[in-house]
Amino acid sequence: MNRIIIEPGKTEKNYWLDIWRFRELLFILSWRDIKVRYRQTKLGIAWAILRPMLTMGILLLVFNRFVGLNTTNGQPYAIFVFAAQLPWMFFATALSDASNSIIANERLITKVYFPRIIIPLSSVATSLVDFLISMFLLFGLLAYYGVEPTWRLLMLPIFFILVLLAAMGAGLFVAALNVQYRDFRYIVPFIVQFGLYLSPVGYSISRVPEAWRPLFSLNPIVGIIDGFRWAITGESVILMQLPFWISIGVIVCFLFLGVYQFRKMERSFADLI
Amino acid sequence: MSEVVISAENIGKKYKISHQTKEKYVTLRETIASRIKAATNFSRKSSTNKDTIEDFWALSDLNFEIRQGEAVGVIGRNGAGKSTLLKVISRITEPTVGKLELNGRVASLLEVGTGFHPELTGRENIYLNGAILGMTQVEIKRKFDEIVDFSGVEKFLDTPVKRYSSGMYVRLAFAVAAHLDPEILIIDEVLAVGDAEFQKKCLNKMDEVSKTGGRTILFVSHNMTAIQSLCSSCIWLEKGKIQQLGALAEIIQSYQNQGVKILFESNWEPNRAPGSAVVRLYRTAIVNSQLSAQYTYDVVEKIGVLFEYEVFENDNVIWAGFNLHNSEGINVFDSHSVTLETYSKPHEKGIHQVVAWIPADLLNEGFYSVSIALFNHLVGTTHCHLRDELSFSVVDKGSYGRITAKGDMGSNFPGIVRPLLNWEKTK
Repeated sequence: MNRIIIEPGKTEKNYWLDIWRFRELLFILSWRDIKVRYRQTKLGIAWAILRPMLTMGILLLVFNRFVGLNTTNGQPYAIFVFAAQLPWMFFATALSDASNSIIANERLITKVYFPRIIIPLSSVATSLVDFLISMFLLFGLLAYYGVEPTWRLLMLPIFFILVLLAAMGAGLFVAALNVQYRDFRYIVPFIVQFGLYLSPVGYSISRVPEAWRPLFSLNPIVGIIDGFRWAITGESVILMQLPFWISIGVIVCFLFLGVYQFRKMERSFADLI
Repeated sequence: MSEVVISAENIGKKYKISHQTKEKYVTLRETIASRIKAATNFSRKSSTNKDTIEDFWALSDLNFEIRQGEAVGVIGRNGAGKSTLLKVISRITEPTVGKLELNGRVASLLEVGTGFHPELTGRENIYLNGAILGMTQVEIKRKFDEIVDFSGVEKFLDTPVKRYSSGMYVRLAFAVAAHLDPEILIIDEVLAVGDAEFQKKCLNKMDEVSKTGGRTILFVSHNMTAIQSLCSSCIWLEKGKIQQLGALAEIIQSYQNQGVKILFESNWEPNRAPGSAVVRLYRTAIVNSQLSAQYTYDVVEKIGVLFEYEVFENDNVIWAGFNLHNSEGINVFDSHSVTLETYSKPHEKGIHQVVAWIPADLLNEGFYSVSIALFNHLVGTTHCHLRDELSFSVVDKGSYGRITAKGDMGSNFPGIVRPLLNWEKTK
């Protein structure tokens, strides 16, 4: 029989075990969000394909046609953009969904117990589905442009785990703070909007002056995008160099900060929400 | 003695309530602004800011133990801390002080259909709600048919629940909850919804769970009938503190003596009395033969249902009436004031008091709830109708040598009523 002792301020010893016990809930909640997402839409699941394709089309039009940027190694610009868009869109949707997740599930928070961390994690898991659909699109694009995948593609999971951790860290941090300070409801859309320009999605990192790159890499997505581009197109600018490690460092910091902040605040969620 | 499954030591829960702002949440700007204000505010009195926030102890100094298999009712006025206590025990919110020990899996049912999503179908919601309440998918699959059966909505299983009637919604939601298999089940007021018959079904299910399954139930309700039929002991909270704790019968007695919510008597100030421009009800009560209000009656006593009301206009034919339900939700009988002269003749202005007598040796032992009405079907008016306004209990005090319907039988006597009939030797 499991014995639970509740005392104020004491973190429970079996917290992480509890998450394991409630793992099914994590999947059920993501499944719910996926099921509900395209209900009552005419195009339904086609949106999951349209969104990344349209975004890529616009970026291609602006940066490739209007501005005239191109790749250095002769790869199609569409793939160059799409490779960066994969982690960026995942991070952006996961962050926005996770930041609102606790408030959106107020009823659950105030009426039933489970490790609260399940809720933002399930939002991140939901975004995963879009990511997987985009991965299929990537293979479609590679086939369309006749680009042969290399062994480097096998390294993609590593960079994927990095973006997953980045999304989790930032998502947890913002989700927790959003319960008390609803300002984050307005801040996050800004971050996502600016982020598209401050992350090298439509352009190459090589366009950023070298002296600025360490500062630029404080945006953790910069390092991840470089990794994705390297694995998919073979072009990398900062991989395994200082700016890359800065990005990794920021990811790790955010992950600890996010988990810490969330754990600190989650016990009072029901009272604050 | 069975094992202690819930033990609370000095549990207290403090909330900070702010008097000035009704805003539910603060913004960063406000926090920063008020800090700056506080820091720069040398000239003005600094106490103005402090006055707005006050500590409020929703619970304090709670000490109790609940043993395995007990069904414990939690009673008390609105705001006495009942719901907060359940929230602390079900780990939704943390106590500010004290220590709480739980032995076993806890499932809480603070709301019917927590997490139901309107866009999802009944079937999908069973899985979703089950998982939220702590069931595993395997468990839900195993019990799925049983749940559907219990709910009685199998025809609409693949319809989004937003198209459900509220009754169907509650049935489905409760069906899932009723099949939870925790060691400790925590229930808040959920039975306040749903029709009487279904409520009864749920109560039975819970009763079964606690009696046969050895599970522990903690149950908050304003429905005393429900508490009485389910619980054996009781926690009475008053302003966040335990007023009394122990056997149900004793607590109900003192609960009544305190007049907290008097179950067998309701009085209203004239300006707040239920009714219409024609008539207002000032008092209604369950009374003994001396016309004094009382809760518990011996089977051999007659029981009166008393109405006191003021009529403001002449020329109105007004009937008094009540419905009597037993603890199973069965409508034992209804009665209207047919034997009064005012059943056909108009009332005169002024205060009237009438009593309907339920004969001795008619009702079986148990708990009854009484709905009260002032109305007239002929002209189609209802001046007031108070559902389950009063309640009382009938017991067999069994002093030796008297004759009741039960005779010398020791056990419970079956039947909705237990009238003492006149047996005659005819040959």
